[in-house]
Amino acid sequence: MNSRRPAFRHPDLPKNDLGYTRRDYEGGDSTLCAGCGHDSITNGIIQACFELSIEPHRVAKLSGIGCSSKTPAYFLNKSHGFNTVHGRMPAIATGANMANRDLLYIGVSGDGDTASIGMGQFVHVARRNLNMVYIVMNNGCYGLTKGQDSATADKGSSSRKGRPNPFEAIDLCEMAVQLGAGFVARGFSGDKEQLVPLLKAAILHKGFALVDVISPCVTFNNTETSTKSYHWVRDHMEASGTFDFIPERQEITARYEEGATQSVALHDGTVIHLHKSDNAFDVTQRRAAINALEDHREKGQILTGILHINETLQDTHDILETTDKPLNALTQEELCPGNQTLQQIFETYR
Amino acid sequence: MNPTDLNDPEYFHRVIDCQFACPAHTPVPEYIRLIAEKKYAEAYMINWESNVFPGILGRVCDRPCEPACRRGRVEDKAVAICRLKRVCADNKGDVTHLLPGPSREKNGKRIALIGGGPASLTVARDLLPLGYSVDLYDDQIEAGGFVRSQVPSFRLPKKVLDEEVNIILNMGVVTHLNTYISSMKAFLTKGYDAVFVGTGAPRGRDLDLPGRQDAKAFVHIGIEWLAGVQYGHTQKTGKTTLVIGGGNTAMDCCRTARRLGGDNVKIIIRGARENMKASPWEIEDAIREDIPILEHLSPGEFVMAGDRLKGVTFQRMQGGKTDPETVFIPCDEVLLAVGQQNAFPWIEKDSGLTFDDKGRPRVDETTFQSDLDHVFFGGDAAFGPKNVITAVAHGHEAALSIDLFCNGKDLKKRPGPLTLLAGQKMGPRDWMYHSQVSDEVRQKVPMVSKVKSIKDRLMEVELGFNPKIGFKEALRCLNCDIQTVFTVDECIECDACVDVCPTTCINFIKNADEGDLRSRLLVPAKNNSQPLYVSDLLPTGRVMVKDEDLCLHCGLCAERCPTAAWDMQKYNYNPAKAGQK
Ligand SMILES: Cc1cc2nc3c(=O)[nH]c(=O)nc-3n(C[C@H](O)[C@H](O)[C@H](O)COP(=O)(O)OP(=O)(O)OC[C@H]3O[C@@H](n4cnc5c(N)ncnc54)[C@H](O)[C@@H]3O)c2cc1C
Ligand SMILES: Cc1ncc(C[n+]2csc(CCOP(=O)(O)OP(=O)(O)O)c2C)c(N)n1
Ligand code: SF4
Ligand code: SF4
Ligand code: SF4
Ligand SMILES: [Mg+2]
Repeated sequence: MNSRRPAFRHPDLPKNDLGYTRRDYEGGDSTLCAGCGHDSITNGIIQACFELSIEPHRVAKLSGIGCSSKTPAYFLNKSHGFNTVHGRMPAIATGANMANRDLLYIGVSGDGDTASIGMGQFVHVARRNLNMVYIVMNNGCYGLTKGQDSATADKGSSSRKGRPNPFEAIDLCEMAVQLGAGFVARGFSGDKEQLVPLLKAAILHKGFALVDVISPCVTFNNTETSTKSYHWVRDHMEASGTFDFIPERQEITARYEEGATQSVALHDGTVIHLHKSDNAFDVTQRRAAINALEDHREKGQILTGILHINETLQDTHDILETTDKPLNALTQEELCPGNQTLQQIFETYR
Repeated sequence: MNPTDLNDPEYFHRVIDCQFACPAHTPVPEYIRLIAEKKYAEAYMINWESNVFPGILGRVCDRPCEPACRRGRVEDKAVAICRLKRVCADNKGDVTHLLPGPSREKNGKRIALIGGGPASLTVARDLLPLGYSVDLYDDQIEAGGFVRSQVPSFRLPKKVLDEEVNIILNMGVVTHLNTYISSMKAFLTKGYDAVFVGTGAPRGRDLDLPGRQDAKAFVHIGIEWLAGVQYGHTQKTGKTTLVIGGGNTAMDCCRTARRLGGDNVKIIIRGARENMKASPWEIEDAIREDIPILEHLSPGEFVMAGDRLKGVTFQRMQGGKTDPETVFIPCDEVLLAVGQQNAFPWIEKDSGLTFDDKGRPRVDETTFQSDLDHVFFGGDAAFGPKNVITAVAHGHEAALSIDLFCNGKDLKKRPGPLTLLAGQKMGPRDWMYHSQVSDEVRQKVPMVSKVKSIKDRLMEVELGFNPKIGFKEALRCLNCDIQTVFTVDECIECDACVDVCPTTCINFIKNADEGDLRSRLLVPAKNNSQPLYVSDLLPTGRVMVKDEDLCLHCGLCAERCPTAAWDMQKYNYNPAKAGQK
C-alpha cells in the first residue's frame, strides 16, 4: 500500500507577493522513511521560497546521491532540476551556474555525498565562492545504503549498528569558513523556527552559502547513543543568536539595544539584524567563527545559527570577470563577433 | 488550553459532522463505507436502527447532515448522504431475518400512541421489543401520518412508505385507525401506563383577505389540498394555479398542481428568492418543472368574475416596504402554503396540561414529558412543525423516557451514549478503511424525463443512484469517524506529521487560551464549531494543537509518524436507546 497525498489543501492558505500559496512550491510525495529529518528540511525549503516569493521557474535544484539527494523531487516541482552522480553535484552546479548566472541554484547533498565521495568537489566549489545555496542534510550516516557511519559522525557516537565510531569527525561548517565561504550556517531539522530564516538568508546571500542541517535518520541513527538523534541534538543545541530580516523596501522601525545587535546588509539591500546570545561572537570574522565552533565542540555542544557571514566577497563570476549577460543568452553575433573584431583584437597584440 | 479530554463522548462526536448534525445521530460514515463494500443490507440496518425509515428518508429527508458535511468545506459540494441512504434501501434485498420479531414476553405495561406519524411509529419500534403492548390511534385510514397524507408520491412512492411502516406495525402494534381522539380527558380514563401524543401540526394557515369567502371554491389550504390529492379526492386543478408561499409545502403544491393539469403554475413569495424557506433542491426541482418564482409580492385581494375566480391582486414589496403599485395576476385556482400550526382542539383546558401562547403544550426538551407525568409529546406536536428525522429523534428520546418512567426511574438520569474507539491499523500504511481521498465530484441523480413525469403524479421523479454511481459517491466520504488519536509520550517532535498534512491541521506551538491559539496556528482556525485538539506539554515546552476543521482523515499523519504517536481509530457513537442499561 502506498498512500497518495490528497489533492485538497486548506482553502485559507496564505498567499505571497506573487499570489502563490505554499502549494505552488510543493513537489511529489516523499518516499523517505516516516519521520526522516530530510522531509522537514524539504518543507523548510518550500517555506523559505514561498516566503521570499521566489518564482519557481527561476530556480535550479541540484543534488548528488543519497536519501538527502532524493529530496529535490519533493519540493519545487515547477523548477529546473538535475540529480547528478554521487558527490558530483558541485561540478554540475558550477557548469550550470557558468552557463546561466541568472538562476537561483539550490544544491542538496548529504554528509556522505559531501564529506566522503564528494569532498574534493565540495572544497573547490566553496573556495571558488560559486553563487549557490549548498544544503547538507547531515545525519551522520549513509542512510540510503543502510546506515554506515559517515565522515561527519562524531567520534564515539554509535548508530543502530552499535559500534562507536573510532574516527575523527569532519565539521563542514568549520571547513567552509576556512575555505573562504561567505555564508556559513548550521540548523536542525527539528527546529523550523530557526531553519527557515537561515535558508532565507542563505538564498539572499550572493556567493557560496553553506547550510549544514543536522537531520536525524530515524531508521539507522536515532539511537540513545548517537549524537545526531532528535534527543541528543535538542539537548545539546546552542544558538549563536536569533535574527530577523528587514527587506530593502521596508523602513527600519524596531530599535535595538546597543551592542546586543549586529547588522549585516545583504547584497539585495535586505538587512539582517542578529540578536546575540550570551556567548556571542562577531560573525563577520572568520577567526571568531572558528573559535566559537571549537569552543562549543570542546564543551560537547552543537553551535547553530548564522556562524559566519561576509558580504564583501566576490563570487566566481566576479573573479572570472565573465559577462553580466548569462552565457546561454548570448547570441551568435555576440559569441562570434566576426573577422573584423578578431582583426582588431590581433591589432592590440601587434 | 487544557489538554483535550477524550473521555468526553461528545469530543469526537463533534468531529463527525454529519452524524452530529443528524437529529437521530445516524452513524453516516459507517453505513457509507458499507455501501462502498456493497454490503447494502448491513448499511440498511445501521440506518434502520438509528433513523427507522431509511427508504423514506433516503428520498425525502431534510438532510441537515449535508450542509454540515466536511466535504462541503474542503471543496464546494457535500457528499450526497441522503441519496446514498436510498442506495442501501433500494439494494438491500430481503432483510426480514435481520429485523427484531414481536417480543415473546410481555412486560404487562400498556402504551397508547395518539397519531400514527413517524414519531409515534418510532416509539412503537423502540418499545415493542422490550415487551410493551402498544395501541396506536390515528384518524386516517392508514398509518404514516403526514408522510402518507402530505408527501407527494412522485417524491415518495407508496410502496416504499408501506414497506417501512408495515415493518413496525408487524412487530405487534394494535392499530385503531379511522379513529379521531376527540377528548383527552376521556382518553386518559382508558388507564394506559403511558400515553404518547404524536399528532403533528395539522392546521394550515389561512389568509383572511378580502374576497376569501366568495372565492372559497377556488382557494385551498395547501396541506388540506395535498391530502385530498394523496387520497384521490382531488384530481384536477385550474390551468393557471398560483401557489402562495415559499416553503417546502409550497414546492409540493406547485409540483403536484403541474401534474393535475396546471399548465401554468406560479409560485408567489413576499420576500426575496434567496430567503425562501424551502430546501434548495426542492426549489431546483420546481424550477426544472417550469414553475417560475415571482418575488416581493404581498397578496391583497381575491377577485371574482361572476361565480369564477378571476385572479389575485398583489402589492409589490421593496426593501421591506409596500409599494403603492398593485399587481393583478389572473388565475383559476390558488393554493395557500403560508404556514402550518399546532392545534389541540381535543385537549381540554382542565385536562392537567398547560399550553403556551402558541397553543403548544408545555413539554420538557430532553425528556419530552408533559405536565401530566405519564403523558409524553413528540414530533411536530411537541415543538411545532419540523421534519421526519426530527420526529424520529423525538420518538427515540420519548421511548427512552417512557421506559424509564414505567420502571420507576428518574427521567433526568438518562444513560449516556454507547461509544467505542477501535484501532484501524492492519500493517504499515494499511488501514481497515479506504484512507485514500477521492477526487470525484458530487454525482448527479438520474431523473425520469420531465415530459413523462408531469403526466403521472404517482411516478417517482428521481431514479436514484445505481450501485456503480453509488460506489463512486460513497468513496467521496472522508470517513470523519476515523479519528486521529495523539499519544503525547510517543512524540519526538520530528514535524513529519505537520509537513505531510495536506490541509495544515497540525501545529506544535506554545500553549495559550483558545482564542489566541486559534489565531496563531499555521492557518488560523476560524471555524469555531470544530474543536481544537490540544495535547499535554511536550519536551520542548510546546503542545500539539490540531484544528479538526479540515482534517481529511487521510491517515497520512499516522503513516508518516515514526513512533506511532498518531493513530487512526474508529469512533462509534450510538445515542442511548430505550432499554439500554
Ligand atoms: C406538504 C408537506 C411536505 C413535507 N415534506 C417533508 C419532507 O420532504 N421531508 C421531511 O422530513 N418532512 C416533510 N414534511 C414534514 C413531516 O411530514 C412532518 O414533520 C412529520 O410527518 C411529523 O411527524 P409526526 O409523527 O410528528 O406527525 P405527523 O406525521 O404529522 O402525524 C400525525 C398524525 O396524527 C393524526 N392526528 C392528529 N390529531 C389526531 C387526533 N386527535 N386523533 C387521531 N389522530 C390524530 C394526523 O392525522 C396524522 O396522521 C412535510 C410536511 C408537509 C406538510
Ligand atoms: C559512486 C558511488 N559510490 C557509492 C554509491 C553508494 N551510495 C549510495 S548513497 C551513498 C551514501 C549516501 O550518504 P549521504 O550522502 O549521507 O545520504 P543519506 O542517505 O544519508 O541522506 C552511497 C555510498 C553510489 N551510489 N555511487
Ligand atoms: S465526509 Fe463523510 S463522514 Fe465526513 S461529514 Fe461528510 S459524510 Fe460525514
Ligand atoms: S488525517 Fe492527519 S494528515 Fe490527514 S488531514 Fe487529518 S491531520 Fe492531516
Ligand atoms: S510525526 Fe509523530 S513523532 Fe513526529 S511530530 Fe508528528 S506525532 Fe510527533
Ligand atoms: Mg547521510
